[in-house]
Amino acid sequence: MATLEIRDLHVTVESDGGPREILRGVDLTVRAGETHAIMGPNGSGKSTLAYSIAGHPKYTITRGTVTLDGEDVLAMTVDERARAGIFLAMQYPVEVPGVSVSNFLRTSVTAVRGEAPKLRTWVKEMKTAMEGLSIDPKFAERSVNEGFSGGEKKRHEILQMELLQPKIAVLDETDSGLDVDALKIVSEGVNRVAAAGTVGTLLITHYTRILRYIKPDFVHVFVDGRIVAEGGPELADALEAEGYDVYVKAAASA
Amino acid sequence: MSASTVTPESRERDVSLTAPAKDHAPRILSRDPADFPVPTGREEEWRFTPLRRFARLMAGAPSTEHLTWSSETPVGVVIDELAADDPALLGLPLPVDRLSALAVANADGAVRVSIPESAATEPVVLRLHGDSAEALVWAHVVIDVRPFAQATVVLEHTGSAQYGEHLSVIVGDGATLRLVHLQLWDGDAVHAAHVSARVGRDATFRSFQASLGGSAVRVLETVEYAAPGGDAELLGIFFSKAGQHLEHRMLIDHAVPHCRSNVLYKGALTGDPAAGEAGIARSVWIGDVLIRAAAVGTETYELNRNLLLSQATRADSVPNLEIETGEIVGAGHASATGRFDDEQLFYLESRGIPADVATRLVVRGFFAEVITRLGLPEWESLLQDRLDSELGFEAAGVDDEADE
Repeated sequence: MATLEIRDLHVTVESDGGPREILRGVDLTVRAGETHAIMGPNGSGKSTLAYSIAGHPKYTITRGTVTLDGEDVLAMTVDERARAGIFLAMQYPVEVPGVSVSNFLRTSVTAVRGEAPKLRTWVKEMKTAMEGLSIDPKFAERSVNEGFSGGEKKRHEILQMELLQPKIAVLDETDSGLDVDALKIVSEGVNRVAAAGTVGTLLITHYTRILRYIKPDFVHVFVDGRIVAEGGPELADALEAEGYDVYVKAAASA
Repeated sequence: MSASTVTPESRERDVSLTAPAKDHAPRILSRDPADFPVPTGREEEWRFTPLRRFARLMAGAPSTEHLTWSSETPVGVVIDELAADDPALLGLPLPVDRLSALAVANADGAVRVSIPESAATEPVVLRLHGDSAEALVWAHVVIDVRPFAQATVVLEHTGSAQYGEHLSVIVGDGATLRLVHLQLWDGDAVHAAHVSARVGRDATFRSFQASLGGSAVRVLETVEYAAPGGDAELLGIFFSKAGQHLEHRMLIDHAVPHCRSNVLYKGALTGDPAAGEAGIARSVWIGDVLIRAAAVGTETYELNRNLLLSQATRADSVPNLEIETGEIVGAGHASATGRFDDEQLFYLESRGIPADVATRLVVRGFFAEVITRLGLPEWESLLQDRLDSELGFEAAGVDDEADE
């Protein structure tokens, strides 16, 4: 069973005044079959954590380790991480003009699985996955994310997650900008993947709304670049009622 | 155009002067190279051109050398040779600069492709091949699409030469021509081309230029409309690598009412930052559109986008629009030159796609908007493969069969 271990992770980004530390020692273990919610206010570094795991070049790891089943993730290129089983559903999926969704998905699936899926079974697989997320089949011929609505982009992200079957899925504010119907569809997709018990899910969110549809096993409160509180689903209910203020104040006075 | 003036005394019988716009000096139109001063490089139309590389052509020595020709000629299409004094050559659009006049003068006649309405509509394919970068070759080709004919003409240039080309295009009333002009030269070729098109009443001229090879390529396209209702679409792609100069200029002259023009050019550049000045990949795109006072009801749009794949690149992109009447349907232009989008690369890589494959996908996607408008699948895939090899990909990759 897959295990992602993050130990004492420190990350900086370049800013006008030199490197700025965003993550200040993150410790987190995500195992296959578990769903973790990372919750925190804007600017707390949640997305930085997501992008650092995926390997975005903008972020510099200054200390700490990230391993997947003991393998050094930080030593891997971005595409190697994906092929090792790490998936990042992005908050703002990128438009790639002129590259069709079907071409993109097949190229990606071929890279991650190590061989091209047989054309006949592939077409059926893609069609079924798209139907499950209420994605119009016409999207297969459209350019990746180009002209997609916010909800369509998020459904397209989860479509990729379903097809790539990652070991560790990081969902970066997948719920943001979604209406209730889209949120349900997207959540069902995430739950379908999770039901197999082979994926560890890291659900990054600002709001508790998505937790009505995706039940976390663990909730982590993320403030000022580190995890400041941990608990079960009941912690999310407390955050819903009381907000982040108490944690933000505690971090500021620490 | 500022420096291209000619005194009244030097005017000869077949020299005509036009005054396209108040702000512009008259443009010279002539078959006689002597009517065009040797450019110094300071003239507006030459200031982007590396004249040293075109020096041999500009010197204008006659030559009897030829490119080797092979052609696919559909039933009904006639290819013949015209002597220099053939009256059929007199009515053609005139050269507008020294190189195009030299090509006409030194070609000593022309090769004419005539396409009557009754001809079969399969593509006319002319494969032109040069054997040596030392060979100086002049050519005048005439494509005469008779009224109401439907034609596709492909000119493919391969190998190497110092090639001065004048391509006269007549699209008869109600006719449609799809012209595909491919510069697939080896790395040491030098090619100066002037494609001068006259579009008839309610006729359609669809041009596709691809410059993917050669050391220095300069393609000038001029479009004039013989009567109302004409439609011209100029598409183009280019891929410039270290040391290459690829230049595309167009001048669309709207002088009659109710004509349309649409320009879409996309270019990619990737130089070699380690090679200094010699490693610079260079491109020039100049889009001049003139709407004269008589050209009411004109509709025109031009767009050039350039993708910079490395630091050692220089892309000039200059759209010019001159409007002498407000009674038009629409006129616009846009130009954008940008670096490769690292976020696109990251997105694709984060889906397991290796960096080189991701780069190819993005560049292919960038060009797809233009290439897929060619409408000739066989040539589209040839251009895709050529672009892949320009990018350094030899064999077809994993993504090739995805859209089957």
